[in-house]
This record gives sequence, C-alpha cells and structure tokens, in this order.
Amino acid sequence: MIVMDETDITFFKDGLRLDGRRADQLRPVKIEVGVLARADGSCYIEMGGNKVIAAVYGPREVHPRHLQEVSRAIVRYRYNMASFSVEERKRPGPDRRSYELSKVSREALEPVILTSFFPRSVIDVFVEVLQADAGTRTAGINAAAVALADAGIPMKSMISSCAAGKVADTIVLDPMKEEDNFGQADLPIAMTPNGDITLIQMDGGLTTDEFHRAVEMAMKGARDIYEIQRQALLNKYCQLTEPGHVEAVVQ
Amino acid sequence: MTSVISEIKKDFIYNLLLKGERADGRTFDQYREISIQRDVIRKAEGSALVKLGLSQVLVGVKMQPGEPFPDSPNRGVIITNAELVPLASPSFEPGPPNEVGIELARLVDRGVRESKAVDLEALCIVPGKQVWIIFIDVHILDDCGNILDAASLGAIAALLCTKVPASKFGLGEDYILPIRDLPIATSAIEFNDVLMFDPGVDEEAIANTKLTIISTIDGNICGTQKSGTGMLKPEQVYRIIDIACEKAKEIREKFLEA
Repeated sequence: MIVMDETDITFFKDGLRLDGRRADQLRPVKIEVGVLARADGSCYIEMGGNKVIAAVYGPREVHPRHLQEVSRAIVRYRYNMASFSVEERKRPGPDRRSYELSKVSREALEPVILTSFFPRSVIDVFVEVLQADAGTRTAGINAAAVALADAGIPMKSMISSCAAGKVADTIVLDPMKEEDNFGQADLPIAMTPNGDITLIQMDGGLTTDEFHRAVEMAMKGARDIYEIQRQALLNKYCQLTEPGHVEAVVQ
Repeated sequence: MTSVISEIKKDFIYNLLLKGERADGRTFDQYREISIQRDVIRKAEGSALVKLGLSQVLVGVKMQPGEPFPDSPNRGVIITNAELVPLASPSFEPGPPNEVGIELARLVDRGVRESKAVDLEALCIVPGKQVWIIFIDVHILDDCGNILDAASLGAIAALLCTKVPASKFGLGEDYILPIRDLPIATSAIEFNDVLMFDPGVDEEAIANTKLTIISTIDGNICGTQKSGTGMLKPEQVYRIIDIACEKAKEIREKFLEA
C-alpha cells in the first residue's frame, strides 16, 4: 500500500481541483427512479464515482413485533457497503461506521416522514453502496429520499444531502476521495429545500468562520441536488401537457 | 438517549421552558456541577471518573505494544470503546453495543483523533512493526443525561494522566503520555427554538434534536454531530457553536489546565 500524507498532494492546479472542478462545483449527479421491481420504491444514484442504490419497503408489518409503536410508524435505515465497493476488500456486514451512518441517515429522513399516518408499521430503507468514492452517506440519503417518494410515503418535503470539505486551506464542495482522505475537514449536511438541517456532522479542523462558509457551501450544493431529485421524480411520474396541468403517466 | 417519560413530566418541563426556566433552576446555557477524579483505577495506565451533575462516567486507558495499521506504519493506534452497562440506566440492556453506544464511542474517538491531542507518530516503536496501541474504554455508570459530554471529558482527563507502561514491556522507562490539545465536547438540545446545554435525562427525553460541538484549545471546531429526529435552522447551529466554544473554554480552563 502506498503511504501518503496530505503534504504529498497538490489539490489545486491553475485554480482547479484534481478532477478539473472549481472549488464550489458538484461532481456530476445522475438519478434514476424506480430501478427495482420488488421494492415499493427505489432509486439509483451516481454522484461522481459513487454508485448507490436505495430501496424502500413499507409501510408494512413490524418484525419483531415488540419494536412497533402504537401511534406511529417506525423508520429503519440500513447503510451497507458492498465488499468490492472500496479499494481494499471490506469485510461484509455492518461495522461501527455503518451503524453510526445508518443512525444519522435515518435521523436525517425521519423528520419529514409523516410517520403518524401508519401506526404499528415500519418503513424500511435499505441503502447499498456499490462503488464508493467519498460522500457515500450523502449519496445514500439522496437516493433514499427519492426512493421514499417513489414508494408513495407521505413526506413533508424532500431531503437533499451534500458535503463540503477543506483542502489546502480552501473550502470545497462535494469532496472526492483524495480530498476526503488527505483533506483537513469534512462536513456533510442534509436538509429540506427550506434550509432546515436534518443532518450535520463534521470532523477535521475548522475555524468558526470556515465552519459557517462550509455549511453555506454544502447547503448550496444540496439545493442543486434537490433540483435534480425533483426532475428525476417529475420525469418518471408527470408529463406537463399545459401550464399548470399535470397528468400522471400510465405505464 | 431515549427513555420513558410521563406526559405530566413532559408538560411540566415544557411549561417551565416557556417561562425561560429549567426544572433544576439552571439557565439554558448553564452546566451542572462538574467534578473529575483522576487515577482512580490503579491497574489502568490512566483513568478518570467524571461526575456531571448526577451522571457518572468512568474512563480507563490501557496501553500495549502492537502492530500498526498497514496504511499508517509509523503511527500509534487509538481504539475507543463505550459500554452502556445495564447498571447505568433502566433503558440500557446487556449485549453487544447498540447504535447509541457505537455513536457515543465514535464521538469520543472523534474528539481525541481529530484534535490530534495524541501525537501518534511519537507512539511508533519500530516503524511498520511495533507501535503503541491506546485503548480508551468508556464505562457509563449512571446516566442522568448528557453522558457524551461527560465521556468525552473523561477521555481527555484520563489521557492527561496516562503513563506509557514502557518498562512493563522492556521498552525503557515509563513516561507521561504527551498531550497536545484538549478537545471538549459540548451538547445542546433544541426544543421550540430554545437551546438547552447539558441536558438532563428528562430534558433529553422531550427534545428530539441534539447538536454536539467538539472544540479545541485554539477555539476551532474538530467535530460536530447532530443526533435525533428533529431539524435545526443554520442560525440555531451557529448560535450553538458560539455558546459551545465559550463553554468548552470555561470547562477546559477550570478542569484540565489547572
């Protein structure tokens, strides 16, 4: 294995990043809705080199039953990485990182899900990371939010997620692998289109001023991703026949 | 941390909050009384018992030589674990750590790691072969709320009094583990746009959003985590950060730098 230090890497060339992006530019995002036949809702997303697929099952009966809540549905979220998704094979199954990511991702989506509509039931969200390239949790949340909408789960709003980071003392949007591994900070957020934050994490080192700028940059990225999520859902479900008139497409 | 709370108690806390008060008479940004006893466990290389109000957390540090990770052959290793033992709360159960315990351990770890409090390169014995491994084990003894802040404080307090047991392994004289930073975690819950620091167990039960900020000696932020199923406005995040850094400074000066 090659050992590198953050000092060994030049993150910027002629003001552009290693993959040619500006500091405030997202990687290309591709979203497909309804990619799995058995799931109630599903979504495939590519964010740069990340390939993530999300499925939603439910509302359905809770097993084991002692987990059920009398006044609302519970939400479960399983973030899982395929063993081949990373450079060195990952041991299959959940580790401590994926437990934490599953928890914060669930808590990123639950605030907008109208769980009180479905007492004694469960909404299961399964997220599989097929290829990882920094930002898998944000990609997973973006895909899961679209899959929830695809499953017809009533939600107060969409959730969009994006990270900002710090490399070579510069705040950058949507860090890729090298920037994440050898950068100085990583700050993922998830939010509603109104700017209500439902996930915020950070590790690394930021001054309070840099923190503000990173949050604002990540929020801008999330807003752009929201437009792509919205368009993907519109493409599947609606055809605009005349202004103000939306008609469902029957497949 | 979720626990069962009666509707009456919830109402009581809520009504107090509307008047700008808390059940134990504290202001919204006031911490409960903190005490730290160091070196309470003779068998550990370093230890600290932190009391935060009635919450009690014991942190023990053990060290032993071992193999480095292949991607960092010249660096020591930190392994942080948390035990939410059933003696500490009616809602804790025996068995492998659940996601709450895992999150707690990873946040304590994040503070120590991201602040670079421990000079990992100084813990290399033979490059690529042998390095010191630091085990930070958090034992929650009594959960009366905000055990994360207590655990995080316990970890750095225990590291501050950790002696590297070199002689035990034939590696020279024992020496004090050098510590370069003092990360402090401060958590606040949000409820009806009120931000309450150092929540007690009942306050944790009524709120559904908590934000933890870990800050370093120079007033920068080295870790953040939102937990719970609520939302926060960016302004609320910034407000919590400002107060959190201030509180962290007070705690650091009073308990770690003295």
